[in-house]
Amino acid sequence: MDLAILWYIVLGISSMAYCILDGFDLGVGALHLFAKTDEQRRIFLNAIGPVWDGNEVWIVIMMGGLFAGFPNAYATIFSGFYTLLMFLIAALMFRACAIEFRSKRESPIWRSFWDVMFSISSILIGLVIGLLLGNMIQGVPLNSQQDYVGTFADFFSPYTIIVAITAMALFAMHGTIYLTMKTEGEAHQIVRKWINKAILVFIFFYLLTSIATIVYMPHMTKHIIDKPYTIIFPILAFFAIFNIPRLISKGNDGWAFIFSSISIAFLLIVFGLGTYPTIVRSTIDTEINSLTIFNSASSDKTLGILMVVVAIGVPLVLAYGAWVYRIFRGKVKLEKSSY
Amino acid sequence: MDVLFLSRIQFALNTCFHYLYPPISIGLGIMLVVMEGMYLKTKDNKYKEMTSFWIKIFSLTFALGVATGLVQTFAFGTNWARYSRFVGDVFGSALAAEGVFAFFLEAGFLGILLFGWDRVGPKLHYFANICVCLGAHFSAVWIVVANSWMQTPAGFHVVDTPLGPRAEVTQFWEMVFNPSSIDRLCHVVLGCWLTGAFFVISVAAYYLLKQKHQKIAQSMMVIGLSFAIISLILQLISGDSSARLVAKYQPAKLAAFEGVYETTPATPISVIGWVDAKEQKVHSIKIPGALSLMTYRNLSTPVTGLDRIPRDEWPNVPLTFQTYHIMVMMWGIMFLITILGLFYLRKRNLQKKRWLLWTMVFSVLLPHIAQQCGWISAEVGRQPWIVWKVLRTSDGVSTAISRAQVSGSITMFLFIYILLFSLFIFLLDRKIKHGPEEIRSKPEDLLYRNVRF
Repeated sequence: MDLAILWYIVLGISSMAYCILDGFDLGVGALHLFAKTDEQRRIFLNAIGPVWDGNEVWIVIMMGGLFAGFPNAYATIFSGFYTLLMFLIAALMFRACAIEFRSKRESPIWRSFWDVMFSISSILIGLVIGLLLGNMIQGVPLNSQQDYVGTFADFFSPYTIIVAITAMALFAMHGTIYLTMKTEGEAHQIVRKWINKAILVFIFFYLLTSIATIVYMPHMTKHIIDKPYTIIFPILAFFAIFNIPRLISKGNDGWAFIFSSISIAFLLIVFGLGTYPTIVRSTIDTEINSLTIFNSASSDKTLGILMVVVAIGVPLVLAYGAWVYRIFRGKVKLEKSSY
Repeated sequence: MDVLFLSRIQFALNTCFHYLYPPISIGLGIMLVVMEGMYLKTKDNKYKEMTSFWIKIFSLTFALGVATGLVQTFAFGTNWARYSRFVGDVFGSALAAEGVFAFFLEAGFLGILLFGWDRVGPKLHYFANICVCLGAHFSAVWIVVANSWMQTPAGFHVVDTPLGPRAEVTQFWEMVFNPSSIDRLCHVVLGCWLTGAFFVISVAAYYLLKQKHQKIAQSMMVIGLSFAIISLILQLISGDSSARLVAKYQPAKLAAFEGVYETTPATPISVIGWVDAKEQKVHSIKIPGALSLMTYRNLSTPVTGLDRIPRDEWPNVPLTFQTYHIMVMMWGIMFLITILGLFYLRKRNLQKKRWLLWTMVFSVLLPHIAQQCGWISAEVGRQPWIVWKVLRTSDGVSTAISRAQVSGSITMFLFIYILLFSLFIFLLDRKIKHGPEEIRSKPEDLLYRNVRF
């Protein structure tokens, strides 16, 4: 197989890992302010406490992987989406600090400030990720040098905004399910009350996005005409999503979380199938100016090296990642060393 | 001010601010391995108290290191798109390796280090400690490899593509072990160890002055000073070797370090001075022949001056000169403090030398100043090249960004950095004043664990 395609799959898998793992961190952050007491907020924070920074590393892997494997796409996306990405970075910084700083002082003002920061930054990260995905589907104006020639306002269209909200709603639902799994007692009861609302909101926006994509983004569904069997993926995504409320109503929180994760994975596969082989779609001279995995890839030599790095590194990462999750399995308890 | 200049300012701001934290993580990482190792060996609770105290400081630093480090992965693409297109094939693989091999190791095991005291046994906890330390060091490896490739590029060739020329890897290991990688890595890591050592020394000196946590403070002082003296001696060797490397591969940079405008035999070293860039003169206290001696191991061979280098390939001489000299000077001061500290420690009256202890409290700044200056001289000294003799900095900057965008984001980040730095210092100060927590004996231990605050 072509190494560029293989590397595209690797990047796809790390995007899944990021969205599934950091997705629930972001969801927990988005819901943080809905928890009213300090103790509940601490329980929520400590539910992601030992794992969130490991999860966040996946975004670095995505960036690094894009830089290494598709440097042209990296250069175009990052210089083109400049202002949007600056907000993303600021939000990522504030979230890291909010988690670390929040419980360091007793003062209510201090804690409220970081609670608000934690929540706003998590929501902002989710929205920016959604906006990026929306723009990659819709396309952005690129010139023949494959540099972005639009303005900041061009990132916001009804379609990209819907995708952004859908992404955030997905993370929020995913986070709620994670919390039901990790909490007990009073905190658990509160999360239970949120969960149906979170699922409903997500399903509403999911359907809205799907319809908008089918109607307004015909290039996203072209692959179904070319290769009819690929229709299986959107269908699987659909069933995975509608399986979540069923599992929740049966009180099967662990499985609901697994299906929520599977839904994220399938939605990303649907995104990948629709956009493939384009990474950044150009609205000007789409055929020539768009960045595909072929015209933006590194040399085969480098892609080969990257494959070796991944083949050695990722099994290790998964092994000790799983070990860390195992050590911190079960319901959250506040301890002396907690946040 | 154009986009190029603003982008350089932005990159400098980001890296300088970021580089306050990784040296602490790397330095404390190794100190923590020593401390917890002592605990496992002696089973003396003071080492456990010390370890948990420094783990908390480590985690605070780590959070800021991650937060500010994220900016770096974006910065190449946002402001230096043409550079990214040119070097992505080479530079990217080092960066990806850093993510896969280093960050996960560090971030993954930090959770156990922080929250795992009661969940895993002491040996596994120590294992996590070692992994975190290794992760911190690995991240230094890959980023220094990438930077060294920009200083002494190797193992690549330039290929024409439809979007213009770009560098492609021909020999991966030649790229990784380019001529300056190993030397510069040692130099950087030793700098980090010094940061860790002086941080521990500083806090220990503070407790000794305030007569708090005496037992722990004394052990910390011993660990800190021993580590400092070893690192300082190794750093002297590494510094010498790095300078000779610069002489061999980047003569323009070495000339700027010492302000050598004219190539003359028995080239001197300036101890302290200033550069008159207009008149191309250096007013300084000089040691005749010293630079020749350092570079060529004899007193007479002339060191290449800037007169042998085309004018449009000169870096900013005054800035490179001063930052380089400040770095060297910091080494001298650190060495003096360490020697005095060890001397009085041996005579068992360090506690009475309050002036020395106060100096030690503030000595935490010295490695930071040295490192900031060292990096500035290394990076400014490389100019006008972004990749030495291959790509000019002016050809690396993004074309899709505007002045307003860059100055806007500089302003935003300046504000954020000031806020984060003040909070970091504030929390650090509280943490240090609060001090290590005593470990209670058995029955209370359990009770203590469940205190919620």
